[in-house]
Amino acid sequence: MKKILFSLLLTLATVQLFAQDNGVEMADKLRSDGKIYVVVLCIVIILFGLLAYLFSIDKRLKKIEKENFPKN
Amino acid sequence: MNKVWWKILGSVLVIYTAIAGLLLGVPRLPILNESIRNLYFHVPMWFAMIVLFSISVFYSVKSLSSKSEIDDIKAVESVNAGIIFGLLGLVTGAIWAKYTWGQFWSFDPKQNFAAISVLLYFAYLILRNAIDEEQKRAKISAIYNIFAFPMMVVLLFVLPRLKDSLHPGNGGNPGFNSYDLDSRMRMVFYPACLGWILIGYWVYTIRFRIRSIEVKQQAN
Repeated sequence: MKKILFSLLLTLATVQLFAQDNGVEMADKLRSDGKIYVVVLCIVIILFGLLAYLFSIDKRLKKIEKENFPKN
Repeated sequence: MNKVWWKILGSVLVIYTAIAGLLLGVPRLPILNESIRNLYFHVPMWFAMIVLFSISVFYSVKSLSSKSEIDDIKAVESVNAGIIFGLLGLVTGAIWAKYTWGQFWSFDPKQNFAAISVLLYFAYLILRNAIDEEQKRAKISAIYNIFAFPMMVVLLFVLPRLKDSLHPGNGGNPGFNSYDLDSRMRMVFYPACLGWILIGYWVYTIRFRIRSIEVKQQAN
C-alpha cells in the first residue's frame, strides 16, 4: 500500500513537469492557438453588452407603451 | 410576437455564432485562409436585410388595400432596419474583398449592384420625406416599394450571375455550398442566419413600437 501511494505521489509530481516548461501556472488556454480566445472573449462581451442593451431598451419601451396604450 | 422567447433565441444563436464561428474547424483553402469564417458574419447581414425588405413589401401591398397608417409605418420601419444590415453587409464585404480580392472596392458587379440596391431603398426613404400629405405619401411610397423589391432581388441575385464576378455564386464561380460549405460550416452558418434575422426583426419591432407611440402622441 505504501509503495503504491509513493509511486502515485511521484507520478503526480511529474505531471507538473509535463504541463509546463518552468512550472509556473499561467492562463495558457487563453493564449493558445495564436491568442484567438482573447478575440472570442472580446466579441462575446461586446455582443452580450449590445444584446443586454437591446433588452433594456425593449423593457423601457414596454413601460412607455403601458402609459400610452393603457388597454393592452 | 410580443413574446420574449424569440429574442432570447436570437441572442443565444448570435453569441453561439461568435464562439463556434471562430473556434470550430473550417476547410483549409488557399487565398481565403481563415477569412472563410466571414461567411458566418457577412452573409447573414444580407439575409437579415432581405427578410426585412420582404416584410416591408408585404406591408406596402397590405397598406394599399387597407389604407391603414399602421401598415405604412410597418413598411417604412422595416426598411429603416433593413438598410442598417445592408450597409453592414457592404462594409464587411468590402473588408473581406480587400484581403481576398486585393481591393476594398474592385467595382465587381456584385458589389456595384449591392450598393445600387441599398441606394434604391435610400431613394424610398427620401421619396417619403419629400411628400407631406399622409395619404399620398403612403400610396406613392407603397407603389415605389413594390417596384423596388423585385429590382433589389434582380440586382442581387440575377444580374451578377450574368457577368464575370469574383463573388462566390456569380459569373461562373461556384457558390460556397458547392465546394466548401461542409457539414461543419453548416452547423454554424444556418444558426447564424436565423439568429441575425431574429435580431433584425427585433430591431424593426422596436422601431415600429417607438414610431407608433410618436404617431399617437402627435394625434393627441
